[in-house]
Amino acid sequence: MYVAVKGGEEAIENSQRLLEQKRRGDTAVDELSIEQIKEQMSLAVDRVMTEGSLYNRDLAALAIKQAQGDLVEAIFLLRAYRTTLPRLGVSEPINTNSMCIQRRISSTFKDIPGGQVLGATYDYTHRLLDFSLMAEGDEPVSTDELKQMESAADTPRMPRVVDLLNAEGLIETESDGAGTGNIPDLTREPLTLPADRQLRLQALARADEGFLLALGYSTQRGYGNNHPFAGEIRHGTLNIEITPPELGFPIVIGEIEITECEMINQFTGSKKKPPQFTRGYGIAFGHSERKAMSMALIDRALRCAEFGETVVSPAQDQEFVLSHTDNVEASGFVQHLKLPHYVDFQSELELVRRLRKERGDNKQSGIDEKCA
Amino acid sequence: MRMNDSGLDGYNFAYLDEQTKRMIRRAILKAIAIPGYQVPFGSREMPLPYGWGTGGIQITAAVLGTDDTLKVIDQGSDDTTNAVNIRRFFSRTAGVATTTKTTEASVIQTRHRIPEKKLREDQVLIYQVPIPEPLRFMEPREIETRKMHALQEYGVMHVKLYEDIARFGHIATTYNYPVRVNDRYVMAPSPIPKFDNPKMNDMPALQLFGAGREKRIYAIPPYTKVSSLDFDDHPFEVQKWDETCALCGASDSFLDEIVLNDTGDRMFVCSDSDYCEERRELGYKGTQPEEQGDAA
Repeated sequence: MYVAVKGGEEAIENSQRLLEQKRRGDTAVDELSIEQIKEQMSLAVDRVMTEGSLYNRDLAALAIKQAQGDLVEAIFLLRAYRTTLPRLGVSEPINTNSMCIQRRISSTFKDIPGGQVLGATYDYTHRLLDFSLMAEGDEPVSTDELKQMESAADTPRMPRVVDLLNAEGLIETESDGAGTGNIPDLTREPLTLPADRQLRLQALARADEGFLLALGYSTQRGYGNNHPFAGEIRHGTLNIEITPPELGFPIVIGEIEITECEMINQFTGSKKKPPQFTRGYGIAFGHSERKAMSMALIDRALRCAEFGETVVSPAQDQEFVLSHTDNVEASGFVQHLKLPHYVDFQSELELVRRLRKERGDNKQSGIDEKCA
Repeated sequence: MRMNDSGLDGYNFAYLDEQTKRMIRRAILKAIAIPGYQVPFGSREMPLPYGWGTGGIQITAAVLGTDDTLKVIDQGSDDTTNAVNIRRFFSRTAGVATTTKTTEASVIQTRHRIPEKKLREDQVLIYQVPIPEPLRFMEPREIETRKMHALQEYGVMHVKLYEDIARFGHIATTYNYPVRVNDRYVMAPSPIPKFDNPKMNDMPALQLFGAGREKRIYAIPPYTKVSSLDFDDHPFEVQKWDETCALCGASDSFLDEIVLNDTGDRMFVCSDSDYCEERRELGYKGTQPEEQGDAA
């Protein structure tokens, strides 16, 4: 006896109670605190802030906790919160020359003014599981020692390598575009195509790290190669300033941590212009070098029209890249396939049965006559 | 439609702030002025995932007032989980009255169906749209499709339908069947079965379409001509069933096929649950009517 499906509301409520239990896990184990996530899973917090387009370590940590560590879900939580916030003002453009450096390397110049600063990096670790971390209560580095290392690193303010060593003009100089007046805002207006570089960089800054990584990698393997060199990768802290109209001069409202990558790429030249290296730019909140570098590769790849390069690869195709970079959009649409599609499927069933009937091979179809 | 501050604490009436609603209403007005044209709008991240009805939800939030009665359906039914969830969202954030009865609703949000009951002038039908661009699967690039719409260059669509006929003997599109609105724009009706296409034509109710992830809104004003694309020798036709609804006996509604067991027994019932219920209340019976009390 068939009874029409009812009770969806109760099912959803029960599912959410169950989820709450799953999220908490075994209650005999201590609950994770927001402070612990902020301090000990800081790179996850950085990614959630970057792709969630909101610099707030507490809320990003909360989102990670609430999403059971599913970072794409956490990014979605942060975005959905961000979109409800009022716009109180626009900050002054940041100038990374004034960054308080924690790490800074260049692979194009051996010796750079201010020096190469390795900082904290996984780059030269041997990827061996450290079983000592399984035993808790360890304090591997004393805080005194840490402070000493940090103060050694972050004293001088270092200008950007590429600008510094470009006295000869071998590398193209970046322009600041149309000035501060007309900067588009991707989070308030829909993306219009073709998109200019400001808009593309905005989209790439909040783009999914995995997607950019794979696309950036594809350019290195010949799908739109642009011969990159890591001109500089820097990580550190920077002041954020706003100019309140009633004051008329900028005031510091806080400090953010960012990672910036400047790629130096394939040179171009023409009869009128001497050969010159081109650039790609990447930036991310917190410490996210993989993201910043991938972004810089894609930024350069998407500038192909500017340099008269033919679009032959996915990474150079701005409609392809920009329409698919956002993991909140992608995750939602892929997973919407979980929603019922009975009606559409029924329509297709009816057609396929009719087509088979007309071909006369209904006998092998295994479909009961009365339903055909 | 009036606004006040009932609803969820800490959030505006119907979740979105008034500025955002104004932006959406402006897009809706433009869409109504140019029937079938896709208007870009600053779609917001909603607390429900993209692809799960965020476009429809944003339109509903923008047009909903305190005196409205909301109905939400998915696959024709008020009781599918996604419909329940969206209705729950608006009763939490807007505190409006909700209903499952088509006749009682002033605003109806739908995914994949148009109610069987004829809609009235004082009703608004809001569709959730996954892919607003009807030409997308022939030409993925928006830069191109925009030009094609501007020049009414719809040849590719007819070629696609023709190729279906050449390969299968029929037009093989059964849902999201392309329509032409007001003799101008070719439009995706959203993935409703083509069975529902004729209902869009000359409908007294305003029809609004929202695609949140794709950031587009489009509309069909009341009493507008909507024709399904076809050929003289292959006219448009809708699905037909040999069966009638097993619960209410209806022969004029879209039927869902229900697999009853693993030996291949199945039955057909109305996809529009309100339509089916109302007929049963009026005493109509199908071949396998529900036992008394089960239908509640």
